[in-house]
Amino acid sequence: MLAPVVHILPITRIRRHRLLPVAGRVLIRKGQNINPNDVVAEANLHPHHVLLDVAHSLGVPKGDADRYLERDAGDTVSEGDVLAGPVGWNKRVLRAPCSGRIVLSGDGKMLLEEEKPPFQILAGLPGVVAFLIPGRGAVIESVGSLVQGVWGNGAVGFGVLHVLIKKPDDILTMDQIEVDLRGKVILTGYCGEEQVLRSLSELPIQGLVLSSMDSALIPLAKEQPFPIVVIDGFGVLPMNSLAYNLLRTSSEREITVNAEKRDVYTNQRPEVLISMPVDQVVQEPRDTIVFSPGQRVRIVRAPHQAKIGTLIAIKTDLDVLPNGVKAKIAEVELENSKKIKLPLANLEVLE
Amino acid sequence: MTTPSEQGGSLLAIDVGEINTRAVLFDVVEGRYRFLAFGTARTTAQAPQNHIMEGVLRAISRLEEITGRALIGEDNRVITPGSLDGSGVDVFITTMSAGPPLKVLVVGLLEDVSLASAKQLVSTTYAQVIETIGLNDGKKPEERLDIILSCRPDLIIIAGGTENGATNSVIRLVESVRLACSLMPKEQRPEVLYTGNQALLEEVENKLGSLTKLYKSPNVRPGLDVEQFSPAQARMAEIFRSFRISQIPGTSDLDEWSGNRLLPTSTAFGRIIQFLSKVYDPTKGVLGVDVGASATTIASAFDGELTLGVFPEYPASLPVTEEDLAIELALTRQAIRCSISCASDGFPKKIGLSADGLLPWFEPIVATGSVLTQAPSYGHSLLTLLDALQPTSITTVVLDQSNLTAPLGAAASIKPFISVQVLESSAYLSLATVITPISNARPGSPILRLRVTYESGDETSFDIKQGTLEALPIPMGEAARLRLQPLNRSDVGMGGPGRGGSVRVVGGILGVVIDARGRPLLLPGDTGRRQALYKKWLWTLGG
Repeated sequence: MLAPVVHILPITRIRRHRLLPVAGRVLIRKGQNINPNDVVAEANLHPHHVLLDVAHSLGVPKGDADRYLERDAGDTVSEGDVLAGPVGWNKRVLRAPCSGRIVLSGDGKMLLEEEKPPFQILAGLPGVVAFLIPGRGAVIESVGSLVQGVWGNGAVGFGVLHVLIKKPDDILTMDQIEVDLRGKVILTGYCGEEQVLRSLSELPIQGLVLSSMDSALIPLAKEQPFPIVVIDGFGVLPMNSLAYNLLRTSSEREITVNAEKRDVYTNQRPEVLISMPVDQVVQEPRDTIVFSPGQRVRIVRAPHQAKIGTLIAIKTDLDVLPNGVKAKIAEVELENSKKIKLPLANLEVLE
Repeated sequence: MTTPSEQGGSLLAIDVGEINTRAVLFDVVEGRYRFLAFGTARTTAQAPQNHIMEGVLRAISRLEEITGRALIGEDNRVITPGSLDGSGVDVFITTMSAGPPLKVLVVGLLEDVSLASAKQLVSTTYAQVIETIGLNDGKKPEERLDIILSCRPDLIIIAGGTENGATNSVIRLVESVRLACSLMPKEQRPEVLYTGNQALLEEVENKLGSLTKLYKSPNVRPGLDVEQFSPAQARMAEIFRSFRISQIPGTSDLDEWSGNRLLPTSTAFGRIIQFLSKVYDPTKGVLGVDVGASATTIASAFDGELTLGVFPEYPASLPVTEEDLAIELALTRQAIRCSISCASDGFPKKIGLSADGLLPWFEPIVATGSVLTQAPSYGHSLLTLLDALQPTSITTVVLDQSNLTAPLGAAASIKPFISVQVLESSAYLSLATVITPISNARPGSPILRLRVTYESGDETSFDIKQGTLEALPIPMGEAARLRLQPLNRSDVGMGGPGRGGSVRVVGGILGVVIDARGRPLLLPGDTGRRQALYKKWLWTLGG
């Protein structure tokens, strides 16, 4: 059976596509070294158009208006530029209400696309531009420690990691919020208070990596300008041991927090990366794996959610769970040597 | 692929779901079609595989292991036609629900008329309305243009103008779509389905035909009080197929294997419900509920008139503890309840939900989806359905244990007999005949006097009290005659409050169930009391 794969790795090579949803301009070149906040590509995602009634503005019949046009489709204009006219004794003219580009003109009308700051797609990780995808973006390659999470608020950030977490089941409280967290990426446990998030926002910080979060905070978390990555899930959950040990020992190192939304079709996941220069060849992790005994697995649903263990055996026939549900069962040995049985569907392989 | 034969022959159906791909085998046994077996594998539409054929081949391979029949040849294609040694199949069909929902922008004239119909049309497949543009939305033409350019829909549905009705207003909206399409790069232009005033077909073709792929269907709202969905639904199924082929690698291969007849799972599911409604009592409807991983499908049909609704969505892992199971089944109830509430907007006006929000009379109710078919007991499945659907009158609740309804729907156009013969087989399990007396009486008051005459001639009588759930132990498949005498002016669906009569019922796996808990079902606010009631009801239905 094919297994879902999640990566928590001390060192690996990763490649990430950074693509615009529409055609636009690519602003980097192949082989370029880039930082997480560098702009890869930009495009006008939400255009704003203004339809100008040339005939009405000049006070001429619709059929005559095109004779007075001063600018053509495709021209770039600034606010106040004369677009048509002058007409008559009082020299009536039509001026551009905003800066932009003339999209269409004719039949007494003119369509102007207002100039707006473009939507920009950021690199999201430090590395090298492996190759460009013309008009859409690029593929960026990086080497370092990688921890993938389950939820992100959509933002991207970069900063020095400050480790607040002391044990996997720590809870972030107001009394831990101090001014020296300003500008840092914070690693902590469970966050369940709205006030805590608001206080971090006021500092502000560069990023927040949580073991778990109260699901009621999702709307507020989405509003935050800094990235928030939840590693293990919603509700009070301890951080899984692999991520905890890897991140906790990375205090004061530069860390990239890419809190992009999970997309099952592109394999995009929220993740954190601690980049490091490495001379030796490092392989990319595998994404396609079939469940087999000996694999390290993470449990994705209660009970034992977020715990890590080793897959010991997979039963070939359906078995009955304690609640009566029939499922394909896996036997897993947890890190405390306890052996448990649970549905294979509730596991993902750590690679 | 072979040309499908009308006479006999084996049939392999593939259903590519969001989480699992199923390969289902039917063949002729003793002159009648029978469901033989199915194999499942994880769907591989998502990353990292991003190619559905891996999951399809694994599911077929599993089916080969189970049946011992060779179905895949050395060229990694299904062997067709079937041969005497049992290898291969004669007909291959495909249904699919996997993939992200289509993003649809709906354009129409009036909110309550053409826009409402167009939105209803969107809900018949795996799609979601991301924006609407209407004649009376107060937006300027350039604002409409910006909306289309910003939301980047996969598909624009243009409805509006009844037959012999508005033309100029529709053309103004078409003009906005034309302008937006002309400003987009060709490869990013949305496809368009025009389903408005048919007098404008030529003009719409002239404006949009050269810019993008234009589909046309008969008017979805030909009159103010008339809706016709079937032709546009068929177009939506075609558009779904086209999108999936371009979006998900491997879909084109699967479509080719099935003779370019890939259908949305919901469409195929709806076909069977529609068929059943023609077979059963035309005064009642037939209801189908499919709780899938990506969406809940509600199909209802009244005398051949189908209403189809697809409503996202549902989780993928499995509950292990009692508490987790209770949460999952509560979510299932909520998903079905919300879906039936939305779907009821599309019920025929003369039949729809009553003033107090009660479900119309459906007989039978067919349910499927792994959360129901893999529940720990039949009691869990039935109680979940009763709580969520809250049926009225007298009905039979049937469980499609092997999720065969959609494959049968897809097969129906090629082999009509297969649907009839498999539906009549034991592949479908009757959970129970359910009788629902409705009354405003106080809890504990008797609302129905029941006299049961078993096939053996034995008789028993008792009263049913308001607020209770009771099960009569009438064995599976055995008939009994019930004399229903409503008390306190309760309504058992025999002509109005207080009216009773005699009815012949057949026991399901849980016998005959009397659901006198009230409609709508009101649960106690106190958590402890609610839990105790739930346990009691579950115990009544066998635990």
